[in-house]
Amino acid sequence: MNLFDFSHSVGWLWWIPLFPLMATVWLGFFNPSGKFAAAVANAALLASLLLSIRAFAMTWGPEAGVLTANFTWIQVAGVNLEFGVVLNPLTGAMLAMVTFVGLLIFLYSTSYMSRDPGMTRFFCYLSLFMVGMLGLVMSNSLLLLFMFWEIVGLASYLLIGFWFRKPSAAAAAKKAFITTRIGDLGFLLGLLWAFKATSTFLLFDGGQGLLEIEQITALSATKDVLFGLNGAGVIALFLFIGAVGKSGQLPLHVWLPDAMEGPTPVSALIHAATMVAAGVFLVARAFPLFLADATVLGIVSWVGALTALFAALVALGQYDIKRILAYSTVSQLGLMMVGLGAGGLALSEGGVSIGTFHLLTHAFFKALLFLGAGAIIHGCGHEQDIRLMGGVFNRMKVASICYLAGALALCAFPFTSGYYSKDQILLSAWTAHGAVFWISASASLLTAFYMTRQCCYVFLGDYRGKGPIRQSPSLMTAPLVILAIFSLAMGIVSEEFYHILTYLSGIAVDQHAWIVVVVSWVIALGGIALGLLIYGGSQLGLDATDPMKGSLRTPYAWLENQFFIDELYDATVARLWKASAVLIVFLESGIHFLVETVRGLVTGMGGFLSKTIDQKLIDQISFDGVCDRIYKSGRLNAIIQNGFLQGYLRSVTLGAVILGVLYLVFAR
Amino acid sequence: MTALLTVIISYLAAVVLGIIPGRHYRLIRGLALVTGLSTLAVSLVCYGQFRLGEGGTFQNVIELPWIPAIGAEFKVGVDGLSISLLMLTGLVAVCGVLFTWTLRERANQFYAYYFALIGGVFGVFLSLDLFLLFVFYELAIVPKYFIIAIWGSGRKTYAAMKLVLFSFVGSAVALLGLIAIYYGSGQHTFDLVQLMHSGEFSPKFQIVVFPVLFVGFGILAGMWPFHTWAPTGHVAAPTAASMLLAGVVMKLGAYGCLRVAIGLLPEGAVYWAPVVGWIAVINIVYGALIALVQTDFKYVIGYSSVSHMGFVLLGLATLNEVGLVGASLQMFSHGVIGALLFALVGSVVYSRTRSRQLGDFHNLVQRMPGICWTFVAAGLASMGLPGFSGFVAELHVLIGAWNQDRFSIWIMVMAGIGVLATFAYTLVKIHEAFFGKSSASASDEPYAPMTLAEKIGCGLLLSIATVIGIYPPLLTSILEPSLAPILEALAAAGKEVF
Repeated sequence: MNLFDFSHSVGWLWWIPLFPLMATVWLGFFNPSGKFAAAVANAALLASLLLSIRAFAMTWGPEAGVLTANFTWIQVAGVNLEFGVVLNPLTGAMLAMVTFVGLLIFLYSTSYMSRDPGMTRFFCYLSLFMVGMLGLVMSNSLLLLFMFWEIVGLASYLLIGFWFRKPSAAAAAKKAFITTRIGDLGFLLGLLWAFKATSTFLLFDGGQGLLEIEQITALSATKDVLFGLNGAGVIALFLFIGAVGKSGQLPLHVWLPDAMEGPTPVSALIHAATMVAAGVFLVARAFPLFLADATVLGIVSWVGALTALFAALVALGQYDIKRILAYSTVSQLGLMMVGLGAGGLALSEGGVSIGTFHLLTHAFFKALLFLGAGAIIHGCGHEQDIRLMGGVFNRMKVASICYLAGALALCAFPFTSGYYSKDQILLSAWTAHGAVFWISASASLLTAFYMTRQCCYVFLGDYRGKGPIRQSPSLMTAPLVILAIFSLAMGIVSEEFYHILTYLSGIAVDQHAWIVVVVSWVIALGGIALGLLIYGGSQLGLDATDPMKGSLRTPYAWLENQFFIDELYDATVARLWKASAVLIVFLESGIHFLVETVRGLVTGMGGFLSKTIDQKLIDQISFDGVCDRIYKSGRLNAIIQNGFLQGYLRSVTLGAVILGVLYLVFAR
Repeated sequence: MTALLTVIISYLAAVVLGIIPGRHYRLIRGLALVTGLSTLAVSLVCYGQFRLGEGGTFQNVIELPWIPAIGAEFKVGVDGLSISLLMLTGLVAVCGVLFTWTLRERANQFYAYYFALIGGVFGVFLSLDLFLLFVFYELAIVPKYFIIAIWGSGRKTYAAMKLVLFSFVGSAVALLGLIAIYYGSGQHTFDLVQLMHSGEFSPKFQIVVFPVLFVGFGILAGMWPFHTWAPTGHVAAPTAASMLLAGVVMKLGAYGCLRVAIGLLPEGAVYWAPVVGWIAVINIVYGALIALVQTDFKYVIGYSSVSHMGFVLLGLATLNEVGLVGASLQMFSHGVIGALLFALVGSVVYSRTRSRQLGDFHNLVQRMPGICWTFVAAGLASMGLPGFSGFVAELHVLIGAWNQDRFSIWIMVMAGIGVLATFAYTLVKIHEAFFGKSSASASDEPYAPMTLAEKIGCGLLLSIATVIGIYPPLLTSILEPSLAPILEALAAAGKEVF
């Protein structure tokens, strides 16, 4: 592997995460001023972007194959733990998207965070995130991918808790880290399982890699390993658990809405466009494993569809502009999973392109929506409640138009980018499974509906907040315009669009199925129309009841409270966790008690030995007693031997008399 | 000869430092630092001199007659495993001095005991004669008592007594095993190398004696349910001593388990492996869950040590190469990270807050930002995040455990729960300690920033943990060949038992 060989190998790909890494180290260790830090981070990412474009261009040809550059990290037990990078269309497209959207958001943040005292720290974390994300998409080793995956999680933790002075931010950061870790455990088990089964972590290795036909065939030949899945399916299922955690799928979605406590550019970059899509990316990357077992593909599409519907419903009942977008992200990620799962069932390898395509388009319009929301929040004096907005359209024209463009793409309005990608998902769901199709379709209908509701709240009517609306600086609006163009103008090059699908998986994708086209149109236009009908003319605001709430009281309360999932987890999982800790502490006191008893017995015995045996029996009675007697007898002697002559004479006389008497008595 | 210098320097320093009058504390701590640094330097020289090609044999061997009547010799030497632990001991010794930099009270005696303890530890890692090993093992126990009882805090005499009693019980049990080996081998020798090569122990003998040796040494490694000395002792000990206790002394036990119990009685090890595996995962989960509910910051770290030692035991129980390498890596890794955590909690934070109760801490993130982020980094290292040594070690252990077919799947599940619980308690406690607010003391006055000594100490330990995490071959390359003889014996034993 050679980092400087730009023509024959792909080792140079390492430079893409290395530039942000250098920025991270620089900012972390030398702590320069905020403005300078932003410049360093932007420059580093620009360098990565240029290289990523080169990588993307290399894959954009009919002859593009899979290029790898591997090296051994550790050699242990005769087995190599190998690392490497891989360049294939999936890598190329992801690299280009992440760096491009990333750079726009970096530029936006330079303005957005310019008054924050922690700006240097912010760009340090943001660059660290880029290291992880770029490393993740180009890893050719499941282990390396996992390591970058964790770096991304760490950066996300640090950024959600960026405003750690807010207790809610610190709590959200903790929640996000722990919840995604539950998923990560699945990922870890999956990679350990894969390593045991194949003795390699490499994904592509000249025919020997985990994702290549030889290993896949061998793995799927072992039937009924666990839960009736074959060898490849089990690994895929575990990896999918990791993806569920990272991409906020049911039931591990609870962290994502709370993650909005971070600064808005972070929500845009990490919790909308890139990191949360890492779960979807993982499934796409490991797709051959998923393809080997239809059951797992079914699970993927069902989990995705249910998540999409659930999150779309919850989004209906939210009033926080970022929370609505957060739930819509969860919902869209669910649709991407449907694209992968159902796409795999319907089109085999083609499924990769269906899920990934929506990932790519979503990244643009969702980043746009979040950045737009950031501009609106910024403009309304840091107010996030949509009931306190209103009339924004007239005051912030550019930002509003851009936001509406993003909203249209999210609603899959015909000929926007979202329309094409969602169309493909619905099409594959139609082919694969009827129920999944109808669930996804209703989720899409709701998407159009809640976005219209939100836009009515934000843009129509009179301004209901306090203070004047401030205009955004041009450094903030410029990225919005660029993203809006990408979200809308994609429709003009629609033929090229279908080419992307082919490009991503190498499989030609069917473009037309009239029923799906009809449904797509009905969904998008119907949802928007319904939204306008209900919210368009209504009185909105804090004092007015939400029109939906007026007609659907109890079900709407469920939506407002996000189906009480957080409360449910608090009542069950958290309790269980605490209870087991308490139980163990109880056991620990048992052990302590035992130890103390033994110690008590030992010291007690020591006490007994020392007090009773040693001091009483041996010392007092035996030793002291003997000494005492000797001493006392000494005193007696001392009385006698007092040195007075008369006394001695008295004694001698007394003795003589006694002797005489004794003689008289015994001598007879 | 080089390796033996570590022992000589330490004991010499113990004597010299003990003689210097206590009022010259500056001179004393300077000398102590020089001593620590020179032991570290010596161990690094050993690392440099280590011949990888002959990794399976002991190098630098010195053999002197000692007590011929019982066949005990003064025999020392090193292999990759002992070198890694020598380096760890030297490193922790240096950092211990750095974090005790402000000590004035009876500094001469403190460092005398400190280096007496370190000398004993070095001796154990070097000994190639079981009797000598046992002597050093005992020699290391005595100074611990005085250090805790004199310079400790809280229930120090109780903790000191508890720790010493546990240690002595452990070594008494281990001695029983060692004597059994002495007679069982039929050669009436304590020579470890000779016993490994030609010791013929019947399977029945091994199955009976293995648990005796393993438990005897395991007590010092914090093996459940004989672990309770560890948190109490670690908490009561002064910082430098808790760093040594958690960082190095617990590894004495694990080293004994690996070198003596598994190395000499492979068939016994194969027989008992599943039981050891279960105890190991109990250690992991049990320690982590208890750490989750502690309110004393130092107890959190104390129980986290118990939990992390579980990974060492799990690695030992796998009895395969990846697992044993993992166990050895985890010994080193936990030595570094555990020492760092104890230094932060016991010295850096405590010297400023004058409290260890999590409830007393108020808004520390703003009052000591540098220390807070250092602790966050240490916590991330402790929970085994990629990029830190803990990840590499735990990964090896988990791969090893996964490859051990005799482990029930539930052992893996428990290990997974343990990984999660580690994550949970580390984050929860970081938040309680640094991001929490206490109404009792509402002052927002900033604390003093880290001193130079503290910065050097933290920087040294954190960077070592990172370097090993990014480039583990630095250690695995010397560990792997040195574990080969034990693995060969195990492979042969595996065939015999099954």
